[in-house]
Amino acid sequence: MGRIVLDKVEKNFGEVTVIPPLDLEIEDGEFVVFVGPSGCGKSTLLRLIAGLEDVTGGAIRIDGEDATAVPPAKRGLAMVFQSYALYPHMTVRKNISFPLRMAKLDKAEQDRRVEQAAAVLNLTEYLDRRPGQLSGGQRQRVAIGRAIVREPGAFLFDEPLSNLDAALRVGMRLEISELHERLKTTMIYVTHDQVEAMTMADKIVVLQAGRIEQVGSPLELYRAPRNRFVAGFIGSPKMNFLEGPEAAKRDAQTIGVRPEHIAPSPSEGMWKGRIGVSEHLGSDTFFHVHMEGYANPITVRSGGEVAMHHGDTIYLTPDAERIYRFDDKGLRIV
Amino acid sequence: MATEHSRSAARLMMAPAVFLLLVWMLVPLTMTLYFSLKRYLPLRGGDLGWVGLDNYVRFVTSSSFWPSVQTTLIIVGGVLLITVVLGVFLALLLDQPMWGQGIVRILVIAPFFVMPTVSALVWKNMLMDPVNGLFAHLWKFFGLAPVEWLSQAPIFSIVLIVSWQWLPFATLILLTAMQSLDSEQLEAAEMDGASPFARFGHIVLPHLGQAITIVILIQTIFLLSIFAEIFVTTQGSFGTRTLTYLIFQRVLESQNVGLGSAGGVYAIILANIVALFLMRIVGKNLDA
Repeated sequence: MGRIVLDKVEKNFGEVTVIPPLDLEIEDGEFVVFVGPSGCGKSTLLRLIAGLEDVTGGAIRIDGEDATAVPPAKRGLAMVFQSYALYPHMTVRKNISFPLRMAKLDKAEQDRRVEQAAAVLNLTEYLDRRPGQLSGGQRQRVAIGRAIVREPGAFLFDEPLSNLDAALRVGMRLEISELHERLKTTMIYVTHDQVEAMTMADKIVVLQAGRIEQVGSPLELYRAPRNRFVAGFIGSPKMNFLEGPEAAKRDAQTIGVRPEHIAPSPSEGMWKGRIGVSEHLGSDTFFHVHMEGYANPITVRSGGEVAMHHGDTIYLTPDAERIYRFDDKGLRIV
Repeated sequence: MATEHSRSAARLMMAPAVFLLLVWMLVPLTMTLYFSLKRYLPLRGGDLGWVGLDNYVRFVTSSSFWPSVQTTLIIVGGVLLITVVLGVFLALLLDQPMWGQGIVRILVIAPFFVMPTVSALVWKNMLMDPVNGLFAHLWKFFGLAPVEWLSQAPIFSIVLIVSWQWLPFATLILLTAMQSLDSEQLEAAEMDGASPFARFGHIVLPHLGQAITIVILIQTIFLLSIFAEIFVTTQGSFGTRTLTYLIFQRVLESQNVGLGSAGGVYAIILANIVALFLMRIVGKNLDA
């Protein structure tokens, strides 16, 4: 079981407020991703849930019971750290069994759980090695193994993939998602990478400066961002924002339109511009289009093989249904 | 350092330093070996010719030899025990965030800057003196008879003095090691349900293993030859005569350079035996 409720949780470091009072409900079995730019308080929030930091105000309830003053080990949560935090002088087996040894489980049960976790994570042949002899991805799996054996109510992941190279990251992303499918345990995952958030989450919590900007499923956030920050943060490449006459025409301070919702054409369209840098990815091409009167280029997605190049004139037609309008406070006008 | 040319250039550059070090080591060693084979009494006839291994036999069959080896090992072991245990404890304390950390750390390191002779004199006259010493006053305050430290507990007193001097060194090295411990490891252990004692035993102590090894090895090298502390306090009496002190007595008090030189060779052998044992016991920590 792992239903976690944050009730007006607040955190100050001295004079500095890192997290103003905040409410959040995490259902049992959910995969929740905290996403936001660095310094937005997402890791602090995770550490508050873990119990590694004390809350300044408010309450944390786990499965209905007040856990605000409960020490970290007693909360029934397991954490995977960014640096993995493996114990370097212990073998993989000892690392994974460490929480079980601390809980004084009997030896046979320890062995059974370690073997099981190792089998799930493909670590069986590395059990007698030390962390120093493993690759980054294997260390990551050991850290997850150490979390699994405790059979916790919820897993907490603190940017677990940020130390891996791009290819491994994609692989581990899938493995963690699969693990969640298999265990059906609550997982809270902190990242600054919106791709990880979009691909893994049941529910995304977008944070900025300690405040929750929006909570919702990946597609909800993509389709209906509440404000300009969320609209810009979710989606890759980023949404284009236009101000000035185009926005005024639509009664808004700013309008936003995603690169994939703009149709490019060499001959006709609503807006005219000149192609700057174009990025050919094979499957897609991204044009950075310079339009007169706008400082920032507009990113446009096009098919993989198009006969338009740097310096060409291009016409753009945004999908009228998918133009987002924002008021002067950055909130979306619905 | 890749090419043949740069390698030979490097050798050429290093040659003077290597040469100096060799001379620095070899000349005294050769002289010691040379004198150890002679009967050489500076005030009683000078060089009296070769005597073969006679000095070696006489030194080792002397009734003072084995007790002096024993004393040496007791003092070295005692100081190592006290400095390592207290050093770990102090390093743990100093690693905690607190007000005035910088000043406290400098104060802790201060005893290391005091010359051995001076610190031994201070301990002997200001602390351990049975009439005027601070300890005597303390004992009297509680209505106890003052302890005559240097005659009643001579080895313990010397171990105490030397430990006081070397504790800063141990603390400093261990503190540095402590600071390099990844705090996430401690947090992970905390989440894994380890009590503070378990965290110390399973995470902190293994992390300090390498630093403790270094402290033990370096201190042993220096402690085997402690001299000033004994010279200033007990002059080798009350069973505080270490091998080093015995050699000093043979050479300067008995004016027998040959016999003392033979003792010097034994001291080299003892140091090597101790080093060998230490490397066997703790040396594997250095591999990691």
